[in-house]
Amino acid sequence: MKVLVPVKRVIDYNVKVRVKADGAGVDLANVKMSMNPFDEIAVEEAIRLKEAGTASEVVAVSIGVKQAQETLRTALAMGADRAILVVAADDVHQDIEPLAVAKILAKVVEAEEPGLVLAGKQAIDNDMNATGQMLSALLGWSQATFASELKIEGDSAVVTREVDGGLQTIKVKMPAIVTVDLRLNEPRYASLPNIMKAKKKPLDEKTAADYGVDVSPRLEIVKTTEPAARQAGEIVADVDTLVAKLKEKGIV
Amino acid sequence: MAVLLLAEVTDGALALDATAKAVNAAKTLGDVTVLCAGASAAAAGESAAKIDGVSKVLVAEDPALGHRLAEATAALIVSLAGDYSHIVAPATTDAKNVMPRVAALLDVMVLSDVTGVVDADTFERPIYAGNAIQTVKSKDAKKVITFRTSTFDAAGEGGSAAVEAVSAPGDPGLSEWVEDKVAASDRPELTSAKIVVSGGRGVGSEEDFKIIEALADKLGAAVGASRAAVDSGFAPNDWQVGQTGKVVAPELYVAVGISGAIQHLAGMKDSKIIVAINKDEEAPIFQVADFGLVADLFQAVPELTEKL
Ligand SMILES: Cc1cc2nc3c(=O)[nH]c(=O)nc-3n(C[C@H](O)[C@H](O)[C@H](O)COP(=O)(O)OP(=O)(O)OC[C@H]3O[C@@H](n4cnc5c(N)ncnc54)[C@H](O)[C@@H]3O)c2cc1C
Ligand SMILES: Nc1ncnc2c1ncn2[C@@H]1O[C@H](COP(=O)(O)O)[C@@H](O)[C@H]1O
Repeated sequence: MKVLVPVKRVIDYNVKVRVKADGAGVDLANVKMSMNPFDEIAVEEAIRLKEAGTASEVVAVSIGVKQAQETLRTALAMGADRAILVVAADDVHQDIEPLAVAKILAKVVEAEEPGLVLAGKQAIDNDMNATGQMLSALLGWSQATFASELKIEGDSAVVTREVDGGLQTIKVKMPAIVTVDLRLNEPRYASLPNIMKAKKKPLDEKTAADYGVDVSPRLEIVKTTEPAARQAGEIVADVDTLVAKLKEKGIV
Repeated sequence: MAVLLLAEVTDGALALDATAKAVNAAKTLGDVTVLCAGASAAAAGESAAKIDGVSKVLVAEDPALGHRLAEATAALIVSLAGDYSHIVAPATTDAKNVMPRVAALLDVMVLSDVTGVVDADTFERPIYAGNAIQTVKSKDAKKVITFRTSTFDAAGEGGSAAVEAVSAPGDPGLSEWVEDKVAASDRPELTSAKIVVSGGRGVGSEEDFKIIEALADKLGAAVGASRAAVDSGFAPNDWQVGQTGKVVAPELYVAVGISGAIQHLAGMKDSKIIVAINKDEEAPIFQVADFGLVADLFQAVPELTEKL
Protein backbone atom coordinates (compact mmCIF):
# COMPACT_ATOMS: atom_id res chain seq x y z
CA MET A 1 0.00 0.00 0.00
CA LYS A 2 1.23 3.42 -0.96
CA VAL A 3 0.73 6.29 1.51
CA LEU A 4 0.42 9.87 0.29
CA VAL A 5 1.25 12.65 2.75
CA PRO A 6 0.39 16.27 1.87
CA VAL A 7 2.77 18.62 3.67
CA LYS A 8 2.39 22.38 3.86
CA ARG A 9 5.10 24.98 4.23
CA VAL A 10 4.02 27.38 6.96
CA ILE A 11 5.47 29.99 9.26
CA ASP A 12 7.40 28.25 12.04
CA TYR A 13 5.19 27.87 15.09
CA ASN A 14 7.71 29.67 17.30
CA VAL A 15 7.78 32.82 15.16
CA LYS A 16 5.90 35.83 16.44
CA VAL A 17 3.39 36.67 13.74
CA ARG A 18 3.31 40.27 12.56
CA VAL A 19 0.46 41.78 10.59
CA LYS A 20 1.66 44.12 7.83
CA ALA A 21 1.02 47.77 8.58
CA ASP A 22 -1.11 48.25 5.46
CA GLY A 23 -3.46 45.45 6.50
CA ALA A 24 -2.49 43.39 3.47
CA GLY A 25 -1.72 40.26 5.43
CA VAL A 26 0.94 38.73 7.60
CA ASP A 27 4.61 39.42 6.94
CA LEU A 28 6.16 36.23 5.59
CA ALA A 29 9.25 37.64 3.93
CA ASN A 30 12.43 36.65 5.79
CA VAL A 31 10.70 34.71 8.54
CA LYS A 32 11.52 31.14 9.43
CA MET A 33 9.29 28.68 7.60
CA SER A 34 8.84 25.02 8.57
CA MET A 35 6.70 22.02 7.87
CA ASN A 36 3.23 22.38 9.39
CA PRO A 37 3.57 20.58 12.78
CA PHE A 38 0.60 18.32 12.11
CA ASP A 39 2.15 17.26 8.81
CA GLU A 40 5.33 16.19 10.58
CA ILE A 41 3.14 13.88 12.61
CA ALA A 42 1.50 12.57 9.42
CA VAL A 43 4.91 11.92 7.83
CA GLU A 44 6.06 10.15 10.98
CA GLU A 45 2.98 7.93 11.01
CA ALA A 46 3.45 7.06 7.34
CA ILE A 47 7.07 6.12 7.94
CA ARG A 48 6.07 3.96 10.90
CA LEU A 49 3.54 2.16 8.69
CA LYS A 50 6.33 1.50 6.24
CA GLU A 51 8.68 0.30 8.95
CA ALA A 52 5.95 -2.04 10.16
CA GLY A 53 5.61 -3.46 6.67
CA THR A 54 2.07 -2.12 6.24
CA ALA A 55 3.01 0.57 3.73
CA SER A 56 5.22 -0.03 0.73
CA GLU A 57 6.01 3.54 -0.22
CA VAL A 58 5.60 7.01 1.29
CA VAL A 59 5.08 9.91 -1.11
CA ALA A 60 5.08 13.50 0.18
CA VAL A 61 3.27 16.23 -1.77
CA SER A 62 3.35 19.95 -1.31
CA ILE A 63 1.43 22.64 -3.12
CA GLY A 64 2.46 26.27 -3.15
CA VAL A 65 5.61 28.21 -3.89
CA LYS A 66 8.86 26.76 -5.18
CA GLN A 67 10.41 27.11 -1.74
CA ALA A 68 8.15 24.29 -0.54
CA GLN A 69 10.94 22.10 -1.92
CA GLU A 70 12.65 22.58 1.44
CA THR A 71 9.59 21.24 3.23
CA LEU A 72 9.58 18.20 0.96
CA ARG A 73 13.29 17.65 1.56
CA THR A 74 12.52 17.58 5.27
CA ALA A 75 9.89 14.90 4.65
CA LEU A 76 12.40 12.94 2.57
CA ALA A 77 15.03 13.29 5.30
CA MET A 78 12.55 11.94 7.84
CA GLY A 79 12.09 8.89 5.63
CA ALA A 80 9.60 9.55 2.82
CA ASP A 81 10.62 7.80 -0.41
CA ARG A 82 9.84 10.48 -2.94
CA ALA A 83 8.18 13.83 -3.27
CA ILE A 84 5.99 15.83 -5.60
CA LEU A 85 6.02 19.62 -5.64
CA VAL A 86 3.07 21.31 -7.30
CA VAL A 87 3.96 24.93 -7.95
CA ALA A 88 0.80 27.00 -7.74
CA ALA A 89 2.02 30.43 -6.65
CA ASP A 90 5.03 32.73 -7.10
CA ASP A 91 4.49 35.02 -4.15
CA VAL A 92 5.16 33.57 -0.70
CA HIS A 93 2.21 35.58 0.58
CA GLN A 94 -0.30 33.79 -1.63
CA ASP A 95 -1.98 30.97 0.24
CA ILE A 96 -3.67 28.29 -1.84
CA GLU A 97 -7.12 27.62 -0.42
CA PRO A 98 -8.03 24.14 0.86
CA LEU A 99 -10.57 23.65 -1.95
CA ALA A 100 -7.91 24.20 -4.63
CA VAL A 101 -5.38 22.14 -2.68
CA ALA A 102 -7.91 19.32 -2.40
CA LYS A 103 -8.61 19.46 -6.14
CA ILE A 104 -4.92 19.18 -6.94
CA LEU A 105 -4.46 16.40 -4.38
CA ALA A 106 -7.41 14.55 -5.94
CA LYS A 107 -5.55 14.56 -9.27
CA VAL A 108 -2.36 13.39 -7.60
CA VAL A 109 -4.33 10.60 -5.94
CA GLU A 110 -5.77 9.59 -9.32
CA ALA A 111 -2.26 9.30 -10.72
CA GLU A 112 -0.60 7.70 -7.68
CA GLU A 113 -3.43 5.49 -6.42
CA PRO A 114 -2.45 5.44 -2.75
CA GLY A 115 -4.35 3.26 -0.30
CA LEU A 116 -4.21 5.94 2.36
CA VAL A 117 -3.78 9.69 2.50
CA LEU A 118 -2.42 10.99 5.81
CA ALA A 119 -2.86 14.76 6.14
CA GLY A 120 -2.57 17.17 9.04
CA LYS A 121 -5.75 18.16 10.85
CA GLN A 122 -5.11 21.83 10.30
CA ALA A 123 -2.55 24.19 8.87
CA ILE A 124 -1.34 26.53 11.61
CA ASP A 125 -1.33 29.55 9.28
CA ASN A 126 -4.88 29.67 7.93
CA ASP A 127 -6.29 27.45 10.71
CA MET A 128 -8.89 26.14 8.22
CA ASN A 129 -9.06 22.48 9.20
CA ALA A 130 -10.63 21.59 5.86
CA THR A 131 -8.34 20.07 3.25
CA GLY A 132 -8.58 16.40 4.28
CA GLN A 133 -12.36 16.51 4.51
CA MET A 134 -12.58 18.26 1.15
CA LEU A 135 -10.27 15.77 -0.55
CA SER A 136 -12.29 12.93 0.85
CA ALA A 137 -15.50 14.49 -0.52
CA LEU A 138 -14.01 14.99 -3.98
CA LEU A 139 -12.81 11.39 -4.12
CA GLY A 140 -15.94 9.94 -2.51
CA TRP A 141 -13.68 8.22 0.02
CA SER A 142 -14.22 7.66 3.72
CA GLN A 143 -12.70 10.10 6.16
CA ALA A 144 -11.39 9.89 9.69
CA THR A 145 -10.34 13.27 11.07
CA PHE A 146 -8.37 14.29 14.20
CA ALA A 147 -6.74 10.88 14.66
CA SER A 148 -4.86 10.10 17.85
CA GLU A 149 -4.56 6.40 17.05
CA LEU A 150 -4.48 4.54 13.73
CA LYS A 151 -4.58 0.83 13.08
CA ILE A 152 -4.77 -0.78 9.66
CA GLU A 153 -6.86 -3.97 9.78
CA GLY A 154 -7.14 -5.61 6.37
CA ASP A 155 -9.05 -3.28 4.10
CA SER A 156 -10.17 -1.02 6.94
CA ALA A 157 -8.56 1.56 9.16
CA VAL A 158 -9.58 1.74 12.81
CA VAL A 159 -9.12 5.30 13.96
CA THR A 160 -9.51 6.89 17.37
CA ARG A 161 -10.52 10.53 16.97
CA GLU A 162 -10.14 13.44 19.37
CA VAL A 163 -13.58 15.01 19.63
CA ASP A 164 -15.20 17.59 21.91
CA GLY A 165 -16.70 14.96 24.19
CA GLY A 166 -13.55 12.84 24.51
CA LEU A 167 -12.55 10.10 22.11
CA GLN A 168 -14.46 8.38 19.33
CA THR A 169 -13.32 5.25 17.53
CA ILE A 170 -14.55 4.56 14.01
CA LYS A 171 -13.75 1.99 11.37
CA VAL A 172 -13.38 3.32 7.83
CA LYS A 173 -13.11 1.52 4.52
CA MET A 174 -9.84 1.90 2.65
CA PRO A 175 -8.82 3.78 0.61
CA ALA A 176 -9.34 6.50 3.17
CA ILE A 177 -8.29 9.98 4.19
CA VAL A 178 -7.05 10.28 7.73
CA THR A 179 -6.16 13.64 9.28
CA VAL A 180 -3.86 13.52 12.26
CA ASP A 181 -3.98 15.23 15.64
CA LEU A 182 -1.08 16.14 17.89
CA ARG A 183 -1.12 13.08 20.10
CA LEU A 184 -0.82 10.46 17.35
CA ASN A 185 2.96 10.25 17.71
CA GLU A 186 6.14 12.20 18.30
CA PRO A 187 7.84 12.94 15.01
CA ARG A 188 11.51 12.02 14.72
CA TYR A 189 14.30 14.41 13.86
CA ALA A 190 16.08 13.79 10.62
CA SER A 191 19.67 12.65 11.19
CA LEU A 192 22.50 14.27 9.28
CA PRO A 193 23.17 11.21 7.10
CA ASN A 194 19.47 11.07 6.26
CA ILE A 195 19.44 14.75 5.37
CA MET A 196 22.33 14.03 2.96
CA LYS A 197 20.52 11.01 1.52
CA ALA A 198 17.33 13.03 1.08
CA LYS A 199 19.10 15.29 -1.39
CA LYS A 200 19.31 12.37 -3.79
CA LYS A 201 15.74 11.17 -3.43
CA PRO A 202 13.41 11.94 -6.35
CA LEU A 203 11.46 15.20 -6.21
CA ASP A 204 9.11 15.72 -9.15
CA GLU A 205 8.00 19.17 -10.05
CA LYS A 206 4.59 19.96 -11.53
CA THR A 207 2.33 22.96 -11.78
CA ALA A 208 -1.34 23.46 -10.94
CA ALA A 209 -1.89 23.92 -14.69
CA ASP A 210 -0.49 20.42 -15.34
CA TYR A 211 -3.45 19.13 -13.37
CA GLY A 212 -5.90 21.58 -14.96
CA VAL A 213 -6.89 23.02 -11.59
CA ASP A 214 -7.87 26.66 -11.24
CA VAL A 215 -6.37 27.89 -7.98
CA SER A 216 -7.91 31.36 -7.94
CA PRO A 217 -9.23 32.07 -4.47
CA ARG A 218 -12.92 31.97 -3.65
CA LEU A 219 -12.37 34.09 -0.56
CA GLU A 220 -11.19 37.57 -1.30
CA ILE A 221 -9.10 38.95 1.55
CA VAL A 222 -10.56 42.35 2.37
CA LYS A 223 -8.12 43.09 5.18
CA THR A 224 -5.99 41.58 7.89
CA THR A 225 -5.77 43.25 11.27
CA GLU A 226 -4.15 42.70 14.64
CA PRO A 227 -6.57 41.53 17.29
CA ALA A 228 -7.24 43.96 20.10
CA ALA A 229 -4.30 43.72 22.46
CA ARG A 230 -4.94 42.77 26.06
CA GLN A 231 -3.56 45.06 28.70
CA ALA A 232 -1.42 43.34 31.26
CA GLY A 233 -3.02 43.83 34.65
CA GLU A 234 -1.47 43.86 38.06
CA ILE A 235 0.60 41.46 40.06
CA VAL A 236 -1.08 40.83 43.39
CA ALA A 237 0.94 40.23 46.53
CA ASP A 238 -0.84 37.20 47.93
CA VAL A 239 -3.89 34.99 47.86
CA ASP A 240 -5.85 37.31 50.15
CA THR A 241 -5.40 40.23 47.78
CA LEU A 242 -6.40 38.04 44.86
CA VAL A 243 -9.59 36.98 46.64
CA ALA A 244 -10.35 40.62 47.48
CA LYS A 245 -9.83 41.70 43.86
CA LEU A 246 -12.10 38.97 42.53
CA LYS A 247 -14.78 39.90 45.06
CA GLU A 248 -14.45 43.54 44.03
CA LYS A 249 -15.13 42.50 40.44
CA GLY A 250 -18.17 40.63 41.64
CA ILE A 251 -17.30 37.34 39.98
CA VAL A 252 -16.79 35.18 43.04
CA MET B 1 -31.89 34.64 1.91
CA ALA B 2 -32.21 31.51 3.97
CA VAL B 3 -29.92 29.70 6.37
CA LEU B 4 -29.68 25.98 7.04
CA LEU B 5 -28.08 25.41 10.44
CA LEU B 6 -26.75 22.02 11.45
CA ALA B 7 -27.60 21.60 15.12
CA GLU B 8 -25.17 19.93 17.50
CA VAL B 9 -26.89 16.67 18.42
CA THR B 10 -25.19 14.10 20.64
CA ASP B 11 -26.87 10.74 21.25
CA GLY B 12 -30.24 12.20 20.37
CA ALA B 13 -29.98 15.23 22.64
CA LEU B 14 -29.52 18.82 21.51
CA ALA B 15 -26.42 20.66 22.69
CA LEU B 16 -28.45 23.76 23.35
CA ASP B 17 -25.69 26.24 24.14
CA ALA B 18 -23.59 25.63 21.00
CA THR B 19 -26.65 25.50 18.77
CA ALA B 20 -28.23 28.65 20.24
CA LYS B 21 -24.98 30.57 19.81
CA ALA B 22 -24.82 29.59 16.15
CA VAL B 23 -28.47 30.61 15.72
CA ASN B 24 -27.64 34.03 17.10
CA ALA B 25 -24.66 34.36 14.75
CA ALA B 26 -26.76 33.28 11.76
CA LYS B 27 -29.89 35.32 12.43
CA THR B 28 -28.78 38.38 10.49
CA LEU B 29 -28.16 36.28 7.37
CA GLY B 30 -31.77 35.23 6.81
CA ASP B 31 -34.49 32.92 8.07
CA VAL B 32 -32.91 30.14 10.08
CA THR B 33 -33.93 26.52 9.52
CA VAL B 34 -32.31 24.17 12.02
CA LEU B 35 -31.46 20.62 10.96
CA CYS B 36 -31.35 17.99 13.69
CA ALA B 37 -29.83 14.77 12.38
CA GLY B 38 -29.16 11.53 14.18
CA ALA B 39 -30.23 7.96 14.73
CA SER B 40 -32.75 9.65 16.96
CA ALA B 41 -33.22 13.39 16.70
CA ALA B 42 -36.89 14.11 17.35
CA ALA B 43 -36.31 15.24 20.94
CA ALA B 44 -33.45 17.46 19.80
CA GLY B 45 -35.80 18.90 17.17
CA GLU B 46 -38.37 19.76 19.84
CA SER B 47 -35.71 21.61 21.85
CA ALA B 48 -34.36 23.43 18.82
CA ALA B 49 -37.86 24.65 17.92
CA LYS B 50 -37.87 26.67 21.15
CA ILE B 51 -34.74 28.67 20.33
CA ASP B 52 -35.54 32.31 19.58
CA GLY B 53 -35.08 33.20 15.95
CA VAL B 54 -35.53 29.70 14.54
CA SER B 55 -38.19 29.69 11.85
CA LYS B 56 -38.30 26.00 11.07
CA VAL B 57 -36.81 22.73 12.27
CA LEU B 58 -36.02 19.73 10.10
CA VAL B 59 -35.57 16.37 11.76
CA ALA B 60 -33.72 13.61 9.94
CA GLU B 61 -33.64 10.26 11.70
CA ASP B 62 -31.72 7.35 10.28
CA PRO B 63 -29.36 4.80 11.81
CA ALA B 64 -26.70 5.96 9.32
CA LEU B 65 -26.82 9.42 10.89
CA GLY B 66 -26.00 8.14 14.36
CA HIS B 67 -22.70 9.36 15.84
CA ARG B 68 -22.52 12.09 13.20
CA LEU B 69 -20.33 10.17 10.77
CA ALA B 70 -19.23 12.72 8.20
CA GLU B 71 -20.14 10.93 4.99
CA ALA B 72 -23.83 10.32 5.74
CA THR B 73 -24.36 13.68 7.43
CA ALA B 74 -22.71 15.59 4.58
CA ALA B 75 -24.81 13.72 2.02
CA LEU B 76 -27.97 14.68 3.93
CA ILE B 77 -27.01 18.37 4.07
CA VAL B 78 -26.14 18.43 0.37
CA SER B 79 -29.54 16.89 -0.44
CA LEU B 80 -31.20 19.83 1.35
CA ALA B 81 -28.77 22.55 0.25
CA GLY B 82 -30.71 23.77 -2.80
CA ASP B 83 -32.99 26.06 -0.84
CA TYR B 84 -30.37 27.86 1.20
CA SER B 85 -27.86 30.66 0.65
CA HIS B 86 -25.92 29.86 3.83
CA ILE B 87 -25.21 26.50 5.42
CA VAL B 88 -23.84 26.96 8.91
CA ALA B 89 -23.02 25.19 12.16
CA PRO B 90 -21.35 25.87 15.50
CA ALA B 91 -17.60 25.19 15.19
CA THR B 92 -17.59 21.94 17.18
CA THR B 93 -15.41 18.98 16.25
CA ASP B 94 -18.50 17.33 14.74
CA ALA B 95 -19.22 20.27 12.46
CA LYS B 96 -15.56 20.72 11.56
CA ASN B 97 -15.60 17.11 10.45
CA VAL B 98 -18.73 17.52 8.32
CA MET B 99 -18.87 21.07 6.93
CA PRO B 100 -15.71 21.12 4.78
CA ARG B 101 -16.99 17.90 3.20
CA VAL B 102 -20.29 19.63 2.47
CA ALA B 103 -18.46 22.63 1.00
CA ALA B 104 -16.36 20.51 -1.34
CA LEU B 105 -19.42 18.59 -2.53
CA LEU B 106 -21.02 21.97 -3.37
CA ASP B 107 -17.76 23.22 -4.92
CA VAL B 108 -17.45 26.15 -2.52
CA MET B 109 -14.83 27.17 0.04
CA VAL B 110 -15.61 26.69 3.69
CA LEU B 111 -15.35 29.54 6.19
CA SER B 112 -14.09 27.94 9.41
CA ASP B 113 -14.34 29.42 12.89
CA VAL B 114 -16.02 32.67 11.88
CA THR B 115 -16.02 35.24 14.69
CA GLY B 116 -17.82 38.11 12.99
CA VAL B 117 -20.50 38.66 10.36
CA VAL B 118 -19.92 41.86 8.34
CA ASP B 119 -22.59 41.21 5.72
CA ALA B 120 -24.08 38.25 3.87
CA ASP B 121 -20.83 37.66 1.93
CA THR B 122 -18.22 39.06 4.29
CA PHE B 123 -16.94 37.48 7.46
CA GLU B 124 -14.15 37.79 10.02
CA ARG B 125 -12.10 34.86 11.17
CA PRO B 126 -8.93 34.47 13.22
CA ILE B 127 -5.82 33.08 11.53
CA TYR B 128 -2.34 32.25 12.86
CA ALA B 129 -3.67 31.10 16.24
CA GLY B 130 -5.62 34.30 16.64
CA ASN B 131 -2.60 36.53 16.05
CA ALA B 132 -4.39 38.11 13.10
CA ILE B 133 -8.01 38.63 12.17
CA GLN B 134 -8.85 38.28 8.52
CA THR B 135 -11.89 39.80 6.87
CA VAL B 136 -12.86 37.77 3.81
CA LYS B 137 -15.52 38.19 1.18
CA SER B 138 -16.80 34.98 -0.32
CA LYS B 139 -17.38 34.87 -4.07
CA ASP B 140 -19.22 31.57 -3.82
CA ALA B 141 -22.96 31.42 -4.44
CA LYS B 142 -23.47 29.42 -1.27
CA LYS B 143 -21.54 30.01 1.91
CA VAL B 144 -20.61 27.15 4.18
CA ILE B 145 -19.66 28.45 7.61
CA THR B 146 -18.77 27.28 11.09
CA PHE B 147 -19.21 29.88 13.83
CA ARG B 148 -16.79 30.04 16.75
CA THR B 149 -19.22 29.76 19.62
CA SER B 150 -17.12 31.57 22.23
CA THR B 151 -17.66 34.89 20.45
CA PHE B 152 -21.43 34.81 20.15
CA ASP B 153 -24.05 34.96 22.87
CA ALA B 154 -26.67 32.23 22.86
CA ALA B 155 -30.07 33.08 21.41
CA GLY B 156 -32.76 32.92 24.07
CA GLU B 157 -35.68 30.57 24.33
CA GLY B 158 -39.33 31.20 23.70
CA GLY B 159 -39.69 30.31 20.04
CA SER B 160 -42.14 27.78 18.68
CA ALA B 161 -40.97 26.83 15.22
CA ALA B 162 -42.69 24.18 13.15
CA VAL B 163 -40.97 20.80 13.08
CA GLU B 164 -40.87 18.75 9.89
CA ALA B 165 -39.38 15.35 9.17
CA VAL B 166 -37.01 14.91 6.25
CA SER B 167 -35.57 11.68 4.91
CA ALA B 168 -31.90 10.85 4.74
CA PRO B 169 -30.34 9.86 1.42
CA GLY B 170 -29.19 6.52 2.84
CA ASP B 171 -25.97 5.03 4.10
CA PRO B 172 -22.95 5.46 1.84
CA GLY B 173 -21.43 2.58 3.85
CA LEU B 174 -17.97 4.12 4.13
CA SER B 175 -17.56 4.40 7.89
CA GLU B 176 -18.90 2.67 10.93
CA TRP B 177 -18.92 3.72 14.53
CA VAL B 178 -17.05 1.52 16.98
CA GLU B 179 -17.14 3.25 20.37
CA ASP B 180 -17.13 6.51 22.26
CA LYS B 181 -14.99 7.16 25.30
CA VAL B 182 -16.71 9.99 27.03
CA ALA B 183 -16.01 10.89 30.60
CA ALA B 184 -19.20 11.73 32.44
CA SER B 185 -18.87 14.80 34.60
CA ASP B 186 -21.09 16.90 36.82
CA ARG B 187 -19.07 19.97 36.06
CA PRO B 188 -20.24 22.58 33.56
CA GLU B 189 -19.24 22.06 29.96
CA LEU B 190 -15.93 23.75 29.13
CA THR B 191 -17.15 25.91 26.23
CA SER B 192 -20.24 27.20 28.02
CA ALA B 193 -18.91 27.54 31.59
CA LYS B 194 -18.86 30.98 33.24
CA ILE B 195 -15.63 30.11 35.03
CA VAL B 196 -12.79 27.90 33.81
CA VAL B 197 -9.83 26.74 35.91
CA SER B 198 -7.00 25.30 33.82
CA GLY B 199 -3.85 23.53 34.81
CA GLY B 200 -0.60 23.20 32.90
CA ARG B 201 2.61 21.23 33.00
CA GLY B 202 3.47 22.98 36.26
CA VAL B 203 0.83 20.90 38.03
CA GLY B 204 3.18 17.98 37.61
CA SER B 205 0.96 14.89 37.71
CA GLU B 206 -2.53 13.48 37.24
CA GLU B 207 -2.69 13.06 41.01
CA ASP B 208 -1.90 16.71 41.66
CA PHE B 209 -4.43 17.82 39.07
CA LYS B 210 -6.94 17.17 41.87
CA ILE B 211 -6.01 20.51 43.42
CA ILE B 212 -7.04 22.19 40.13
CA GLU B 213 -10.29 20.23 40.18
CA ALA B 214 -10.93 21.16 43.82
CA LEU B 215 -10.59 24.87 43.00
CA ALA B 216 -12.87 24.41 40.00
CA ASP B 217 -15.47 22.67 42.12
CA LYS B 218 -15.36 25.42 44.72
CA LEU B 219 -16.04 27.96 41.95
CA GLY B 220 -18.60 25.83 40.10
CA ALA B 221 -16.17 25.97 37.18
CA ALA B 222 -15.20 23.76 34.28
CA VAL B 223 -11.68 22.33 34.20
CA GLY B 224 -9.31 23.02 31.34
CA ALA B 225 -5.71 22.12 30.59
CA SER B 226 -2.78 23.10 28.43
CA ARG B 227 -1.57 20.78 25.73
CA ALA B 228 1.49 19.95 27.80
CA ALA B 229 -0.75 18.81 30.66
CA VAL B 230 -2.82 16.66 28.30
CA ASP B 231 0.21 15.21 26.52
CA SER B 232 1.77 14.36 29.89
CA GLY B 233 -1.37 12.43 30.81
CA PHE B 234 -2.43 14.77 33.66
CA ALA B 235 -5.75 15.55 31.99
CA PRO B 236 -7.98 14.07 29.26
CA ASN B 237 -7.78 15.40 25.69
CA ASP B 238 -11.19 17.06 25.76
CA TRP B 239 -9.96 19.48 28.43
CA GLN B 240 -7.36 21.02 26.12
CA VAL B 241 -7.75 24.74 25.60
CA GLY B 242 -6.00 26.43 22.69
CA GLN B 243 -5.41 26.76 18.98
CA THR B 244 -6.02 23.08 18.44
CA GLY B 245 -8.22 22.41 21.43
CA LYS B 246 -11.26 24.28 22.66
CA VAL B 247 -11.74 28.00 22.52
CA VAL B 248 -13.29 29.49 25.62
CA ALA B 249 -14.24 32.99 26.69
CA PRO B 250 -15.63 32.72 30.22
CA GLU B 251 -16.18 35.53 32.74
CA LEU B 252 -13.18 34.23 34.66
CA TYR B 253 -10.27 32.10 33.45
CA VAL B 254 -7.74 30.90 36.00
CA ALA B 255 -4.48 29.62 34.49
CA VAL B 256 -2.40 27.61 36.94
CA GLY B 257 1.13 26.44 36.08
CA ILE B 258 0.66 27.45 32.46
CA SER B 259 3.41 29.46 30.77
CA GLY B 260 1.19 31.17 28.19
CA ALA B 261 2.38 29.93 24.79
CA ILE B 262 0.57 31.62 21.89
CA GLN B 263 -1.12 28.33 21.06
CA HIS B 264 -2.66 28.30 24.53
CA LEU B 265 -3.54 32.01 24.49
CA ALA B 266 -5.40 31.40 21.22
CA GLY B 267 -7.95 29.45 23.18
CA MET B 268 -8.54 31.77 26.15
CA LYS B 269 -7.40 35.32 25.57
CA ASP B 270 -10.93 36.58 24.99
CA SER B 271 -11.90 35.63 28.53
CA LYS B 272 -13.26 38.57 30.49
CA ILE B 273 -10.98 38.30 33.48
CA ILE B 274 -7.79 36.25 33.44
CA VAL B 275 -6.00 35.18 36.60
CA ALA B 276 -2.57 33.58 36.34
CA ILE B 277 -0.77 31.67 39.06
CA ASN B 278 2.80 30.85 38.15
CA LYS B 279 6.05 30.70 40.08
CA ASP B 280 7.99 32.28 37.22
CA GLU B 281 7.40 36.03 37.18
CA GLU B 282 8.68 36.13 33.58
CA ALA B 283 6.00 33.73 32.31
CA PRO B 284 4.26 35.25 29.27
CA ILE B 285 0.85 34.41 30.73
CA PHE B 286 1.26 37.45 33.02
CA GLN B 287 1.19 39.71 29.95
CA VAL B 288 -2.45 38.86 29.36
CA ALA B 289 -3.52 38.37 32.98
CA ASP B 290 -5.67 40.91 34.79
CA PHE B 291 -4.45 39.53 38.09
CA GLY B 292 -1.18 37.69 38.39
CA LEU B 293 0.06 35.84 41.43
CA VAL B 294 3.72 34.84 41.46
CA ALA B 295 3.63 31.84 43.74
CA ASP B 296 4.09 28.13 44.06
CA LEU B 297 0.81 26.64 42.90
CA PHE B 298 0.95 23.85 45.47
CA GLN B 299 0.61 26.47 48.19
CA ALA B 300 -1.43 29.14 46.43
CA VAL B 301 -4.15 26.96 44.91
CA PRO B 302 -5.24 25.09 48.06
CA GLU B 303 -5.14 28.39 49.95
CA LEU B 304 -7.28 30.06 47.31
CA THR B 305 -9.73 27.16 47.35
CA GLU B 306 -10.04 27.49 51.09
CA LYS B 307 -10.45 31.27 51.18
CA LEU B 308 -13.05 31.60 48.44
C1 LIG C 1 0.77 22.98 16.32
C2 LIG C 1 0.72 23.21 17.79
C3 LIG C 1 -0.51 23.34 18.40
C4 LIG C 1 -0.59 23.55 19.77
N1 LIG C 1 -1.82 23.68 20.33
C5 LIG C 1 -1.92 23.93 21.65
C6 LIG C 1 -3.19 24.09 22.29
O1 LIG C 1 -4.25 23.99 21.65
N2 LIG C 1 -3.21 24.35 23.61
C7 LIG C 1 -2.07 24.46 24.36
O2 LIG C 1 -2.16 24.71 25.58
N3 LIG C 1 -0.87 24.29 23.79
C8 LIG C 1 -0.77 24.01 22.46
N4 LIG C 1 0.47 23.83 21.92
C9 LIG C 1 1.65 23.72 22.81
C10 LIG C 1 2.22 25.06 23.26
O3 LIG C 1 3.13 25.52 22.29
C11 LIG C 1 2.95 24.89 24.60
O4 LIG C 1 3.95 23.92 24.47
C12 LIG C 1 2.04 24.50 25.77
O5 LIG C 1 0.90 25.35 25.81
C13 LIG C 1 2.80 24.58 27.07
O6 LIG C 1 1.99 24.14 28.13
P1 LIG C 1 2.27 24.62 29.61
O7 LIG C 1 2.15 26.09 29.68
O8 LIG C 1 1.39 23.82 30.50
O9 LIG C 1 3.74 24.10 29.87
P2 LIG C 1 5.09 24.91 30.07
O10 LIG C 1 5.34 25.84 28.95
O11 LIG C 1 6.12 23.90 30.39
O12 LIG C 1 4.80 25.80 31.34
C14 LIG C 1 4.67 25.32 32.64
C15 LIG C 1 4.59 26.52 33.57
O13 LIG C 1 4.33 26.08 34.88
C16 LIG C 1 5.06 26.89 35.77
N5 LIG C 1 5.26 26.13 37.01
C17 LIG C 1 5.99 25.00 37.18
N6 LIG C 1 5.91 24.57 38.45
C18 LIG C 1 5.13 25.45 39.10
C19 LIG C 1 4.70 25.57 40.44
N7 LIG C 1 5.03 24.67 41.39
N8 LIG C 1 3.92 26.61 40.79
C20 LIG C 1 3.57 27.54 39.87
N9 LIG C 1 3.95 27.48 38.58
C21 LIG C 1 4.73 26.46 38.20
C22 LIG C 1 6.35 27.21 35.06
O14 LIG C 1 6.91 28.41 35.56
C23 LIG C 1 5.87 27.35 33.61
O15 LIG C 1 5.54 28.71 33.30
C24 LIG C 1 0.58 23.62 20.55
C25 LIG C 1 1.82 23.51 19.93
C26 LIG C 1 1.90 23.29 18.57
C27 LIG C 1 3.23 23.16 17.94
N1 LIG D 1 -0.62 23.82 0.19
C1 LIG D 1 -0.64 22.60 0.73
N2 LIG D 1 0.24 21.66 0.32
C2 LIG D 1 0.23 20.42 0.87
N3 LIG D 1 -0.63 20.04 1.82
C3 LIG D 1 -1.53 20.93 2.26
C4 LIG D 1 -1.58 22.25 1.74
N4 LIG D 1 -2.59 22.90 2.36
C5 LIG D 1 -3.13 22.03 3.24
N5 LIG D 1 -2.49 20.83 3.18
C6 LIG D 1 -2.78 19.62 3.98
O1 LIG D 1 -4.05 19.75 4.58
C7 LIG D 1 -3.93 19.82 6.00
C8 LIG D 1 -4.98 20.74 6.58
O2 LIG D 1 -4.80 22.06 6.12
P1 LIG D 1 -5.94 23.18 6.19
O3 LIG D 1 -7.19 22.56 5.66
O4 LIG D 1 -5.44 24.29 5.33
O5 LIG D 1 -6.05 23.58 7.63
C9 LIG D 1 -2.48 20.20 6.24
O6 LIG D 1 -2.07 19.78 7.52
C10 LIG D 1 -1.77 19.47 5.11
O7 LIG D 1 -1.63 18.09 5.39
